Amino acid sequence: MLTAEDVNRLRTEAAEVRKEAIKMATRAGTGHLGPALGITDVLWTLYSRHLKYDPKNPSWPERDRLILSKGHSCLTLYVTLAKKGFFAEELLKTYCRELDTLLGGHPECRLPGVEANTGSLGHGFCIGVGMALAAKVDRKDYKVYTILGDGETQEGSIWEGAMAAAHYKLDNLVAVVDRNNLQVSNYVDKVMNIDPLAEKWASFGWGVREIDGHDYQQIDAALSAAPFIPGKPSVIIARIVKGKGLPIAENKVEWHHKVPTAEEYREMDKLLSLGNL
Amino acid sequence: MVIDLTSDLSTRKAFSEAMTEFGLKDERVFSVAADSESRFGAFRKEAPERAINVGIAEQNAMSIAAGLAFCGKIPFISTYATFLTMRACEQIRTDIAFANLNVRIVGTNAGFSSDWLGMTHQALEDVALMRAIPNMTVLVPADGAETYRMVEALINYEGPAYLRIRGTEKEPHIPCAEPVVIGKARKIRDGNDLTIIACGRLVYEAMEAADRLARDGIKARVLDMHTVKPLDEEAVLKAARETKRILTVEEHNVIGGLGSAVAEVTSANYPVTVRRMGVTDRFGVPGKEADLFSFFGLTADHIVTEARKLCAREEA
Repeated sequence: MLTAEDVNRLRTEAAEVRKEAIKMATRAGTGHLGPALGITDVLWTLYSRHLKYDPKNPSWPERDRLILSKGHSCLTLYVTLAKKGFFAEELLKTYCRELDTLLGGHPECRLPGVEANTGSLGHGFCIGVGMALAAKVDRKDYKVYTILGDGETQEGSIWEGAMAAAHYKLDNLVAVVDRNNLQVSNYVDKVMNIDPLAEKWASFGWGVREIDGHDYQQIDAALSAAPFIPGKPSVIIARIVKGKGLPIAENKVEWHHKVPTAEEYREMDKLLSLGNL
Repeated sequence: MVIDLTSDLSTRKAFSEAMTEFGLKDERVFSVAADSESRFGAFRKEAPERAINVGIAEQNAMSIAAGLAFCGKIPFISTYATFLTMRACEQIRTDIAFANLNVRIVGTNAGFSSDWLGMTHQALEDVALMRAIPNMTVLVPADGAETYRMVEALINYEGPAYLRIRGTEKEPHIPCAEPVVIGKARKIRDGNDLTIIACGRLVYEAMEAADRLARDGIKARVLDMHTVKPLDEEAVLKAARETKRILTVEEHNVIGGLGSAVAEVTSANYPVTVRRMGVTDRFGVPGKEADLFSFFGLTADHIVTEARKLCAREEA
């Protein structure tokens, strides 16, 4: 249970993460801003209260691993990693602006804190299954977290991985599904319906919880409660507003891969006090 | 050692024996199967915790292998070469090769060793696909002994590797005093009239062809180019300079495999005629293995004919 003070701090800090991501995307003129903003609260809660890591030793073998399987949401991951000390915040300015930057449009494991190269959907989650399996064989107690998109669950490999994780009883694995019901071209249920999603995961042998992905109490409680069922992997289906925190982007299909124009930025600056670019 | 490496051995038998011999001793070694556990022989019984089987799900198997390798393991993943290199190609490229992970991808039943199973199972494009991926080492052993030594070498090898082997039928042993070293061609026959560069099962045919050519007074050098990438450029260029004619032979499409690799090196450094023998940009057909080699023009007889033509053309 978080105190009111904890919640306030998380909210204030997450707002700073969002602001920085909006600035980076606007400066670069490219980025999947909507998807990145949506997962900010989950990401920030994970890195602030749950993940075990040493930013000065990112390959510490005992660390918890987080894999952003929906790699296109990397803007807020980059900001989070910088703010948590994995690399200098100065490096954020190179995001999609410097040739061969470590901060490209999709995360690469060349960047400290990034565990796997993701961006091709349906890969990162399965890599996470492999990591969780390695932990079990080594009898280590680290956990593996992976964030995937609801649209991403249209990839067949997700269900291959889900089946294997249950088969190998990987209760050290936690998946968070960003249930924003939007994908690049339309609403998820219009493109290819994935419901009933909770029942699907449960039938694959996972413990399932559905939460509001912007409610810190619920996020924290779900992450603390995993594994939900002993001996089973856990999935948190987080209802998320794509573009959360940037009013012009919220719940809009076109903001999957769109960034503010100079004019839009000025307008949002008035509302959100984003500051100079 | 339980097997006689100087005998005729199937490459799959050699692989599973090597997994048991070298893999069991090293706690980092895992086997990853996609309902293909028979590849790993006794390893899975001796080290059940390190023997993963994800069922019929090659993409997931490949990503899981990446996850294991990220955690310091050395996974050997094996099933049919077609399924590994084609269905899970992107996982190989993006999850494994980019991060330079120590995953060993062992594609089995390659080429015509999938005989009656037909084109779905006859990998004839796998070497080209794997060769085009940065960081990837591509190995095509000529016989059981080479397969065995390569598995041994791959335990302590840096970066991802593709090992292309064949089926459970015995392959003729190729006597050669030179050691098996990744990246170094083995000279099977010496000669200066032309060089036959072969890999895999066709090294034996190339050797047979060289022996027949010798009876006609044509001295063919035979190189066993078991490492298609990184290619032994020194051996290729030495052959180009000293023999002027090169014939490449592979159980693979002529596009993108060993022949292409050899021609890329000679054309840029020491242009000589490189005649490429292989499957001429078409799919396999169901048939008996021996018949398939004949049908696609890849027997010792065919090599002799091509070698003669090549020598005649150059002299004219």
